[in-house]
Amino acid sequence: MTTTALPAKLTRAAWLGIAGLALLLATPLIASLTGTPYLINLVTRFVIYGLAAVSLDLVLGYGALVSFGHAMFFGLGGYVVAISSHHATDGGSIFGWAGSQAAVVVWPLAIACCGLLGAAVGYLALRTRGVQFIMITLAFGQMVYFILVSLQVYGGDDGLMMNQRSHFPGIDFSRPITFYYVCLALLVVWTLLCVHIVNSRFGMVLQGLRQSERRAVNLGVAPMPYRLSAFVISAMGTGLAGVLWANFAGLVTPDMASWTKSGELMAIVILGGVGTLLGPIAGAAVFLGLEQALSAWTEHWMIVMGPVLVIVVLAGKNGLFGGWLGARNG
Amino acid sequence: MTLLFEQLLNGLQFGAMLFMLASGLTLIFGIMGVVNLTHGSFYMVGAYCAAFAITQTGSFLAGILAALLGASLYGLAVEYLVIRKLYRRDHLYQVLATFGLILFTNETVSMVFGRKPPLVNTPTLLEGSITLLPGLQYPVLRLTFIAVGAAVALGLWILVNRTRVGMLVRAGADDREMVDALGVDIRKLYTVVFGLGALLCGLAGVMAAPLLAVEIGMGERVLITTFVCIVIGGVGSVNGALVGALLVGMVDSLGRAFMPQLLGGLFPPTISDPLAAGFASASIYVLMAIILIVKPLGLFPPKV
Repeated sequence: MTTTALPAKLTRAAWLGIAGLALLLATPLIASLTGTPYLINLVTRFVIYGLAAVSLDLVLGYGALVSFGHAMFFGLGGYVVAISSHHATDGGSIFGWAGSQAAVVVWPLAIACCGLLGAAVGYLALRTRGVQFIMITLAFGQMVYFILVSLQVYGGDDGLMMNQRSHFPGIDFSRPITFYYVCLALLVVWTLLCVHIVNSRFGMVLQGLRQSERRAVNLGVAPMPYRLSAFVISAMGTGLAGVLWANFAGLVTPDMASWTKSGELMAIVILGGVGTLLGPIAGAAVFLGLEQALSAWTEHWMIVMGPVLVIVVLAGKNGLFGGWLGARNG
Repeated sequence: MTLLFEQLLNGLQFGAMLFMLASGLTLIFGIMGVVNLTHGSFYMVGAYCAAFAITQTGSFLAGILAALLGASLYGLAVEYLVIRKLYRRDHLYQVLATFGLILFTNETVSMVFGRKPPLVNTPTLLEGSITLLPGLQYPVLRLTFIAVGAAVALGLWILVNRTRVGMLVRAGADDREMVDALGVDIRKLYTVVFGLGALLCGLAGVMAAPLLAVEIGMGERVLITTFVCIVIGGVGSVNGALVGALLVGMVDSLGRAFMPQLLGGLFPPTISDPLAAGFASASIYVLMAIILIVKPLGLFPPKV
């Protein structure tokens, strides 16, 4: 991994990744050829949720840390951007800062906020294991949710409109195709980064801790720094997805941080295959695509979606794409 | 002072309802090792069955029967069809499968019973209130529910600590494999525990029907609170569930009652009211986070 610049033979996962990327790159072309411009909107949603799912897979699949509160980072990322924009346009200044709509300022700020929240939550939550970890992350998620609901200044329950997408010199985010390619580029960069992370020494230690904490500890590894770093990185990625979502939807609501959103993200990761990184992106496409198709067909779409999730779990351990992508077992 | 006393009683009543849900959930987790998110759905099914039976027959007793029957039958069906296959799986998969079941149940209930939330009136026998202290009127209905909660707690304590089934349940919570190896049909035990849990959910559903809104989504709200109770108390312990449920009930009621006054002094009412509501809702999660940070396994973890 360290010396070879190019692997002599690409793995099957890499080929599938390249094929998927080609398909995503070609989507705007397909949309314009078939006269279905709304396809771009749909695929933008796939990409944004894919970004969140890849981030969640980092802790879920490689760290075996079942976080049931990841939507808090999705919500926080979105709210930071929307609140900055709100103050820049009509809300007046906040703590002496006039707010901003510049992506180069606000996006890193949002990601940094998510990183800080991730560090605080992770530091406290990682004292627990198993079902207690699931529940304490859920608890922190709920705290963030209720705080967002109670912020009357920023719309409370109804959420906050974001009238303009963030500005970036030379790139017009308000064009759907441009914004789609921005999201796609970020997804690709983030996924490559995550692949690099899990194959690095850091990632190996993380996976070693998942397999057997006792063994890793006896080899001289302190678990906390590794798990906490993974949690923070994952929180930042999920926050970035929230930033993109706020820009895409033009609206942030407390629902972005609700526990059902955390459940949805988890469902996407499992659907695509835990611990594969690429699988969750496909999982996002399948989950959101199915949701779209079913809700167009009947308003009672959940009556089909629910059993589909149950069957996916009962049918196997690797989700839909885990087998192709060479997922670990269990 | 009377306000404080009244809120303590409200907390006790909410805690009693939570205990009915939490005791089943904690046993299911402790014995089967299943994180069962569907538990809130049983409660919702119970409440809807009760509301339906009461509007059809006008009898509260029929409502109780319908709720117990509906919730436990649905629980047994879920156990047989899905949960049974999840025993040895990772928590992650149990969470997803039961999350799917929640979506399914919500949609099915709204199709069967309609989207309009049914209204349940207080039964005539339990109407009105009695004077507990000078200046403190308390509704008979809530007092009855506190009594029912206490009876259930006592009954469960006897069942778990003084009967053969309870002995197996405790043994199963300690060491599943060993109980199985000693020739006990562990599957039957699982089904009994699961059915009992669902039955208690149905009872909690009846108790919630006249006090809270019977609606889609009521199950998830209470489910999360219930999980908070059992995690605070120590997962797998019925005594812990009781302590957790009472703590959560008290903190929630007192938070809702006194948080607005507390914050009212600091901010103007337009800001403080929603903020207080938010803080009150978040208070039980703060409680749980603090307890888990100090005692990562909860207050009364079962001995390993």
